[in-house]
Amino acid sequence: MIRAQVIVRPRASIFDPQGDAVGRAIQHLGVSKLKQAHVGKFIELELEGDDVEAVRGQLETICKDLLSNPVIEDYTLTINGKEDLTGLAASAAKLAKRSSKPKKEKA
Amino acid sequence: MRWAVIQFPGSNCDQDIFHVLKNVLKQEVEYVWHKDSSLNGADAVVVPGGFSYGDYLRCGAIARFSPIMSAVKEAAAAGKTVLGICNGFQILCEAGLLPGVLVRNTSLHFRCETVPVRVEHPASQFTSEYMTGQVLRLPIAHGEGHYVADEATLDSLFQNGQVLFTYSDLQGRTTPESNPNGSQRYIAGITNRAGNVLGLMPHPERASEKILGSDDGLGLFTSILARHGVSLAQAA
Repeated sequence: MIRAQVIVRPRASIFDPQGDAVGRAIQHLGVSKLKQAHVGKFIELELEGDDVEAVRGQLETICKDLLSNPVIEDYTLTINGKEDLTGLAASAAKLAKRSSKPKKEKA
Repeated sequence: MRWAVIQFPGSNCDQDIFHVLKNVLKQEVEYVWHKDSSLNGADAVVVPGGFSYGDYLRCGAIARFSPIMSAVKEAAAAGKTVLGICNGFQILCEAGLLPGVLVRNTSLHFRCETVPVRVEHPASQFTSEYMTGQVLRLPIAHGEGHYVADEATLDSLFQNGQVLFTYSDLQGRTTPESNPNGSQRYIAGITNRAGNVLGLMPHPERASEKILGSDDGLGLFTSILARHGVSLAQAA
């Protein structure tokens, strides 16, 4: 069996009102050091067979055409525990990594 | 003129638009089930409001894979009139027939009220019966009507006259308070480049009879009829 895990997250440039609301609730809990919260989706898929290469393209299509909307979201695809860095997933992963890098705090 | 109204599991404004087309405007209209593959030669197709597929994943994301959507795409490419209202607008965006996407209202609140909507561009097949700057009172009822697109797309939408409706106050001024959902540049309704596909969040079909409080939405339908050579006298 092949197990694919997809994380869909709002693009950094898009205002994320859910993340904003969750962030404010966290502050109400008394956590003052929170910088930002983002709310995305986690989707798990199970496929028959063991040939990852045979389904990699189809999984990328599922991510690109259904599970995420490229106008507002990026995705990362992990197949059998290994992040998929081919094709479109690669650029999405790069983008996600870039946007999740901690920014240097101003002195 | 023949109209088709598509029904998805979860559509809930299908009967409203059917009523207005059939009983108010005396049009030939039929329902088309989402699993059908043909619009039966309709001149215009309406993708109605509702919560197709429970809004799972993203609004409209699953409905766009329904078999009937191939026929809707063909109709759009052939220049036929395609109108998406509320969830219908979301579906048309997800299907790639309109640019951009609709996301959660900035306030996170579901907004269900009548709001002023300004006509931006009357030289279209959907707005010819209105005047530039005319302020309509139209109901909205959505939790995800916040229109989002990249800056280049937004610029081109305005440059090409594709923005037909914006949210304003009763005087026609766009102010942050007049924006019920946080839509970029106050966008309430847009067409495709060719001008034959319209998506809008407000509900003109719920404002088509005076007895229901407003008939400001009727002009949208009479504009379409005029474009198709149907006069109001014939329609009524």
